[in-house]
Amino acid sequence: MAQKKQRSSILERKKEVLESLSGLGGKIYDQLDNGTFPSITMPSRSTENIYYDPQVRQFILGDRKVKRSARNIRHVKPFAQLTWAALFSNELTSQCKTSTLRDVYYSAQAYEMTFKDQQESNNIVTDLETILGFSREDFSIFPEERSAIFGDLTIEYTVPGYEGRTMNLTSHPDGVMIGPALTSSEFVKTTADKVIAVEKGGLFTRFIEESVHKKFNSLLVLTAGQAPRATRHFIRRLNAELNLPVYIFTDGDPWGMHIAMVIISGSANAAHLRELNTPDAKWSGVWATDIVNYKLPTDPLDEVDMKRLYELQKDPRYKEDPLWQREIKTFMKIRKKAEQEAFSRYGLTYIVDEYLPAKLEETK
Amino acid sequence: MAQTTFEEISAADFFYRNRDIAGFTNPSRAIFAAVRELVENSLDAAESLKTPPDVYVRLSYEGEASAETQIYRLRVEDNGIGIPPRHIPSAFGQVLFGSKYKLKQQRGTFGLGGKMAILYGQITTHQPAYITSSTEMSKIYMYKLMIDIQRNRPLILDRKVLINKEQWRGTIVEFSLEGDYFRAMPKLLDYFKQTAMVNPYANLTFVDPKGRLYRFTRVTKEMPVPPKETKPHPYGVDVELLQRLIQITPSKNMLEFLKNHFHRVGEITAHKFLEFSNLSLSKNPKKLTHEEIVRLMHMLKKYKDFLPPDASCLSPLGEDLLKAGILKELKPEFVVVHQRKPATYAGHPFIVEFGLAYGGEIPKRGNFIVYRFANRIPLLYDEASDVSVRVITAMNWRRYRVNPDMPIAILVHICSTKVPYKTVGKEFIAGRPEVRREIANGLREVARQIQHFMSKREHVDRERKRLGVFSKYLPKIAQFSTRLAGKQKPPDIEKLLTSVKKYGAEETEK
Repeated sequence: MAQKKQRSSILERKKEVLESLSGLGGKIYDQLDNGTFPSITMPSRSTENIYYDPQVRQFILGDRKVKRSARNIRHVKPFAQLTWAALFSNELTSQCKTSTLRDVYYSAQAYEMTFKDQQESNNIVTDLETILGFSREDFSIFPEERSAIFGDLTIEYTVPGYEGRTMNLTSHPDGVMIGPALTSSEFVKTTADKVIAVEKGGLFTRFIEESVHKKFNSLLVLTAGQAPRATRHFIRRLNAELNLPVYIFTDGDPWGMHIAMVIISGSANAAHLRELNTPDAKWSGVWATDIVNYKLPTDPLDEVDMKRLYELQKDPRYKEDPLWQREIKTFMKIRKKAEQEAFSRYGLTYIVDEYLPAKLEETK
Repeated sequence: MAQTTFEEISAADFFYRNRDIAGFTNPSRAIFAAVRELVENSLDAAESLKTPPDVYVRLSYEGEASAETQIYRLRVEDNGIGIPPRHIPSAFGQVLFGSKYKLKQQRGTFGLGGKMAILYGQITTHQPAYITSSTEMSKIYMYKLMIDIQRNRPLILDRKVLINKEQWRGTIVEFSLEGDYFRAMPKLLDYFKQTAMVNPYANLTFVDPKGRLYRFTRVTKEMPVPPKETKPHPYGVDVELLQRLIQITPSKNMLEFLKNHFHRVGEITAHKFLEFSNLSLSKNPKKLTHEEIVRLMHMLKKYKDFLPPDASCLSPLGEDLLKAGILKELKPEFVVVHQRKPATYAGHPFIVEFGLAYGGEIPKRGNFIVYRFANRIPLLYDEASDVSVRVITAMNWRRYRVNPDMPIAILVHICSTKVPYKTVGKEFIAGRPEVRREIANGLREVARQIQHFMSKREHVDRERKRLGVFSKYLPKIAQFSTRLAGKQKPPDIEKLLTSVKKYGAEETEK
């Protein structure tokens, strides 16, 4: 049984975030106070400045910098927006409130700041992430929640009104939503020795019904398609803080494969951020070779699927492990795809009784 | 074989039979034409005294005439020069009697206007006309008269003489006519507005049959310099004119003849011309043969060094008055005006004036609004056929960063001793090459000016916007960063704001 960790990560991180936000404010304030136009330098997020770093096994930003200066007529408004976004994040975080990107867009109006559209405000939030190196979830700005977790993990809340309260994540049979309250909680204890992440809600429910968490001594995570960043960070914490290996099950097609890849190696869009990936997580299926070996019912790969495969073939993340190239080639050869539900042709429990143990063993 | 009878008809009878020519085409045009003719007479009457005109027009409803037309009573009062009592009956009761047959710019040209209106009133209502006038003498004369159409003679029905205690001067014309005011109304109101535009020194008042008052108040007492009578310009003569001049001339030699009878021909020019055309200085003009006269005419047209006619016989409004009129009636954001130098077509001098107004109360119509004037009379019909409109349509406005979607009104005023109307209806101007060229050049000039204005305004706008951005967002950056840094006192950003402004001021320097 994993022991309760030092009570650190969550509160420490929050402190760090608040410090860096007010540090940014101080920097701007001092420049103004000295009678100079404030400016901020940050790494460029343009595609030419995004590199794959095999060391950290994720995309990172290169050396190119961009400068935002309030002296520049085209920058002064975004600069003000950025300062506002930092202030807003600071207030949210210090008051333990959360918000969404949509909220940010509207909240600006209360400060007589306007954003042209949602895209503009999203960009400003991304700028803030880039400057400070924290993700927006750290600033208490969350996406719509849709992913969930189930299994024997006891957590302790840090959100106001629930501080110190604990909960076991088996307490609700539909699973527990991975939202701000959960991602900001501390891990207390678990009996699980692995994490199994699945792409689809149907399979997640099946696994709970079939007591996969007990049979395989695991925590179950529903990514609900491409995993949100908060979920990716949460999976990383499960892996890092509780030392649990992570196994990912997706549909057997290029899109499912990439869902696993983003959990493992992150995305180019988040190249300015760290700690969203779980490099040691494993993609356990459904592989192209599984489609062949298990004689699964299939659909043909269409043009878009094939195009995606060619893109992925060149992607540096897919060159890390020969497994990926092998599976891409197999997909291209068989030109077929299969969903996780395809195992039902062998009966509803086949996937749990036969496939799952075999794959867990294979990707250990 | 049918027998043809020839009979002479009087001028009044001619116009009675052909009233379309004078613009009395239908009941709504008739109302418009009647008002217009009398108003123009009134304006001329005041201007000839150099008095800023006060013209009062009242149209009142008298009764039904037919299903579509009504009888109206029209009264037009002015503060003009007045008419000497012995001329009153002829001036209003005899067609083609008038003072407008000399060579200078005039509003009317037929000597028809007022009389035609009264004639039309008489034939539609069989009512007499009432004329009251005084030349500021001790008496006021009132006439009640009709026109004997067949004989073209006034019939005086009544005559009164009143004591002019208040030293009133002017003329009042009142008569009944059939018409359709409600159809005529839009054009009539346009007419008043546009008349006010080119007569910014006049007070115009109009009371319509519903009792609605329309008042156009003067903004200046400055008036354009009145036109002078002038001699014909050498380029404008024909053989007939030369022969008439030769008949009446007292000059005994060609040098004197040229100097005495032609506009802008003096000693030196006459010498040079005679040399050019190989004519003897001392030749007696009365001895010229017919062939020599024809040759003289050709040489006169061929000689390039005659000075162009001067503008003294023309009375353009002038750029200042034009501007005042446009500002007063159109209330634009910006107006440019331009007056061309005098030019000639077929020896007739003419001047074109232009106004281009932008923004303000000028509506966006998806097309330029064009106001056309000839000798200070608005031209309201047949717009599409007019040379100005054609030139405006053909012009490449995009070169001047102007497009028809902008709220723009263009005013073109042609003045000439002989306006080149295309038709007898005098509603649009023919596309004579000389006129077309002047219009095109003038339009280019105002277009350049408006382009200059637009780009300057754009620049100022951009600058204002730029300053606005800084003064909006710098304080916010200060405010947010102060709170974010947990400071109490916001940093002083005045210096930064000033530095932006200074930079801006230099940029907007003209």
